[in-house]
Amino acid sequence: MYHDNDRARIFTRRAMMLAGGQAVLMSTLVGRMYYLQVVEADKYRMQADDNRISTQLLAPSRGLILDRNGIAMAVNQHNYVVQVIPEQTPSIDYTLDQLSQIILLTDNDRARIHKDARRHRSFVPITVRENLSWEEVARIEVNAPDLPGAVIDVGQSRYYPLQELGAHILGYVAAPSEADLQAESADSLLQLPGFRIGKAGVERVYDLALRGKGGTKKLEVNAVGRVINELERKEGVPGVDLTLTLDTRLQEFAARRLGDQSAAVVVLDIHSGAVIVMASTPSFDPNAFNRGLTTAEWSNLVNNPYSPLTNKAIAGQFAPGSTFKPMTALAALENNAITPDTQVFCPGFTQLGNFIFRCWKHGGHGLLNVEGALKHSCDVFFYEAARRVGIDRIHEMSARFGLSAQTGIDLPRELPGLVPSRTWKRHTLNQPWLPGETMINGIGQGYMLVTPLQLAVMVSRIANGGLGVVPHVARDLITGSEVHPRPAPNWPSLNVSHQSLDVVRQGMIAVCNEPGGTGYSARITEDGMWMAGKTGTAQVRHITTREREAGLKPLSEIPWKERDHALFIGFAPTEAPRYGVAVVVEHGGHGGSVAAPIARDILIEVQKRDLARMAAAPESH
Amino acid sequence: MLGRDSRLSMRLNHTEMSWREKLWQINWGLLALITAVTGIGLLTLYSAAQGHIQPWALKQFLRFLLGMGILFMVAMVDIRFWMRHAYTLYMIAMVLLVAVQVRGTVGMGAQRWIDLGFIQLQPSEIMKIALVLSLARYFHGATVQETGRPLFLVPPLIMVLAPTGLVMKQPDLGTALMLMMSSGAIFFMAGVRLWKFGVLIAGGLAAVPVAWGFLHDYQRKRLEVFLNPDEDPLGAGYHITQSKIALGSGGLFGKGFLHGTQSRLDFLPEKQTDFIFTMFGEEWGMIGGLVLLTLYALLVAYGYAIALRCRSQFGRLVALGITTTFFLYFFINTAMVMGLVPVVGVPLPLISYGGTAMLSLLFGFGLLMSAYIHRDVPIGRRGAHED
Repeated sequence: MYHDNDRARIFTRRAMMLAGGQAVLMSTLVGRMYYLQVVEADKYRMQADDNRISTQLLAPSRGLILDRNGIAMAVNQHNYVVQVIPEQTPSIDYTLDQLSQIILLTDNDRARIHKDARRHRSFVPITVRENLSWEEVARIEVNAPDLPGAVIDVGQSRYYPLQELGAHILGYVAAPSEADLQAESADSLLQLPGFRIGKAGVERVYDLALRGKGGTKKLEVNAVGRVINELERKEGVPGVDLTLTLDTRLQEFAARRLGDQSAAVVVLDIHSGAVIVMASTPSFDPNAFNRGLTTAEWSNLVNNPYSPLTNKAIAGQFAPGSTFKPMTALAALENNAITPDTQVFCPGFTQLGNFIFRCWKHGGHGLLNVEGALKHSCDVFFYEAARRVGIDRIHEMSARFGLSAQTGIDLPRELPGLVPSRTWKRHTLNQPWLPGETMINGIGQGYMLVTPLQLAVMVSRIANGGLGVVPHVARDLITGSEVHPRPAPNWPSLNVSHQSLDVVRQGMIAVCNEPGGTGYSARITEDGMWMAGKTGTAQVRHITTREREAGLKPLSEIPWKERDHALFIGFAPTEAPRYGVAVVVEHGGHGGSVAAPIARDILIEVQKRDLARMAAAPESH
Repeated sequence: MLGRDSRLSMRLNHTEMSWREKLWQINWGLLALITAVTGIGLLTLYSAAQGHIQPWALKQFLRFLLGMGILFMVAMVDIRFWMRHAYTLYMIAMVLLVAVQVRGTVGMGAQRWIDLGFIQLQPSEIMKIALVLSLARYFHGATVQETGRPLFLVPPLIMVLAPTGLVMKQPDLGTALMLMMSSGAIFFMAGVRLWKFGVLIAGGLAAVPVAWGFLHDYQRKRLEVFLNPDEDPLGAGYHITQSKIALGSGGLFGKGFLHGTQSRLDFLPEKQTDFIFTMFGEEWGMIGGLVLLTLYALLVAYGYAIALRCRSQFGRLVALGITTTFFLYFFINTAMVMGLVPVVGVPLPLISYGGTAMLSLLFGFGLLMSAYIHRDVPIGRRGAHED
């Protein structure tokens, strides 16, 4: 025991030191705990939530598209999708083999499914086939016990119940392109797999309103991403339903009346600018785009000479031919180049220098004033009127009536057409204007190009007393995703005298309602539905003197591409005009015999529908 | 000296104690603390299994019962018995450590286990106890003068370095560090001069570049990640990043029992073993963490009290060695999960799921209890009675 006291003393002292050291370490722990759990707690709480909460977007349902009577033109359909969950089947191939007895599965499909399955965790469902028929869904459900891992999921897809009818106006939806994703980085909805946006037509123009606002769901996920439960769900705002000004029944009538020709017709309400009919034939089935086109189908659409994908009403540009004559007449009248009583003698041709300009009527029309010239569509009168007023004034007058620029309709890809001027020729062709060109363009040939919609706007502005009506297809005024009722029309005046307009209208009434008028055979005889109009037959190629001397060939012997365009513009009823119409049949032949009867039939139908509606529910107009 | 205590002490100051005397001397406070900490552990394991006693809590509870049995038996055995057989135990542990090198089971990328059929034995855990006993025995017979002689320190140094080297080779850096540090504490308590520690530490630091070469890639990676955890948050830094998120998001009051998102959703790795403190901290917050640390601190304080009351140097050194080992266990583990020290595989004592650690810890507490019960028993230099 002699040394033990020393050792005990040392032990006690050192135990105190060791305990002190350990106390210091302990307080380090407490300090660290305080730092992590109190000072930095908020940061880590956020990180923990980031870990476990996965926010996913919920696609809103797309707004419907309805016609003016509430008939559905674009709806959402359940899209039944069969998926396979790899972890729930002993073998993906076994399940696919079983499934292939119900649905068609190509080797490509299988390769894609296996690729997808490898890329995702085994609890992620892999899409096998979309757009299942109801029968296929039923058979899969019934055979569920033999289909391990196969599940049916329901999504939404766009469906156009009227198929080809109005397809050009509706447009279609498709997956956003890379460019869409870049441009609209603001809307994360586009990132959703399977999300579709409007690619053409009103689907595109009013995409924001139709799209709606996305909702979100917050999911709790574990470390490998499996969903444990749903924490929160905020439903989005469904897209607004879009009502169009179109009348699908008239649209159907018009499409049927145009038949399988390459043609377009537009009917406008001349006061409001509402597009009641806009048909372009042939058309296409927009559902095919959603279903997926085969290469063959696609090349058929693209290579068809009748260009079914183009909305010819706004993107088809044609020489207006004689339907342009009201513009020449107005330009000459308003600029006092002629008076309503100015008479011109038509011997069947006129001369400028060494050039001969022929009238369509071989023997000539004799002495005509402007009204008679319109009625008979005398070329010589308008050669003279154009020569007197000059191309720039014709250009200026046409511009007031909506030619040579986009009308501003709420549809994409509208083309502007062309009414030439001296400036235009100098700038684009770098050539001086020739006097003879004024005469050729004065009868709607030469450089002239118009769209059927422009013609409809033009005739509407003539019929409504010179007001700058602008066409539209959406009933309401929609900006972004805001929808407001369209205000009562208050169109600016075009500053054209009523006297001049009256002369032109009288001429157009004569065209259809006086014997000898170029549209007389297509007149409307029903009381209160009378039509006024102007025919047009536009040459698409120059006719040489030799051909003229050899005599004109019958239509059937001329290749389609070289035949004349048949055009007609008109309004009705003559007493109190309400509707403006334009018909263009591409390479269709004569305006009077081909285009005018189409316009007549459609305007009768439009006015009948109008009467029926007014009888049912009297409206104030 | 007056009072009941001194009278009691006098009565115990004899060579042989009866079973009744021993039972009378059991330190119930120590047992209560051990039980409380284990209870927290079982609750946490129950929560780790998302509110089920399978697969961890029940098994751990059975091990605890077994461990408590061992604790009692060890405590009842005369401390002189442990002193006599200290070296034998050490040799057995050494043999097992060598055996594990030769034919051990590879678990978690390291050779640590030996399969005895009924139990997966981890010899390094046994070595923790055996080394404490051996060093205590060695220094028990040393006078202050002897302890001052450098040559006298060579055998105990070899005693420490041999198992440390083997454990390091497994590789199990955490246990190796613990062996060295708890041995260091015993050297220190035995009265080895402070400057000698200075020399050793300096030598150790000089050896760091050499040791770096011996480290496994994953160990180096762990150290690099410790120094810069944000460098690779999804790879090697994942454990510690997720651990800090779990702890931090627990905040002051925690997310509530069974409501720890990090652990429940498997973001937290090893939540039932090395990272169990994190899970506890996530669910019970800083308040819970403080309670647990306080219980640990109380256990350590009991260890110190027992050490200081022991009459024999052997008892003192054993008590303090066990206490220090225990302290190192929970300090290294908690510091590790809080990102204070590199990730080394050290379990949280009495709480982490694992059989060997639990049994060897309770064995250690048994020795502590034995030191307490036999605190007044005089021990001669070689384990006989006072001569």
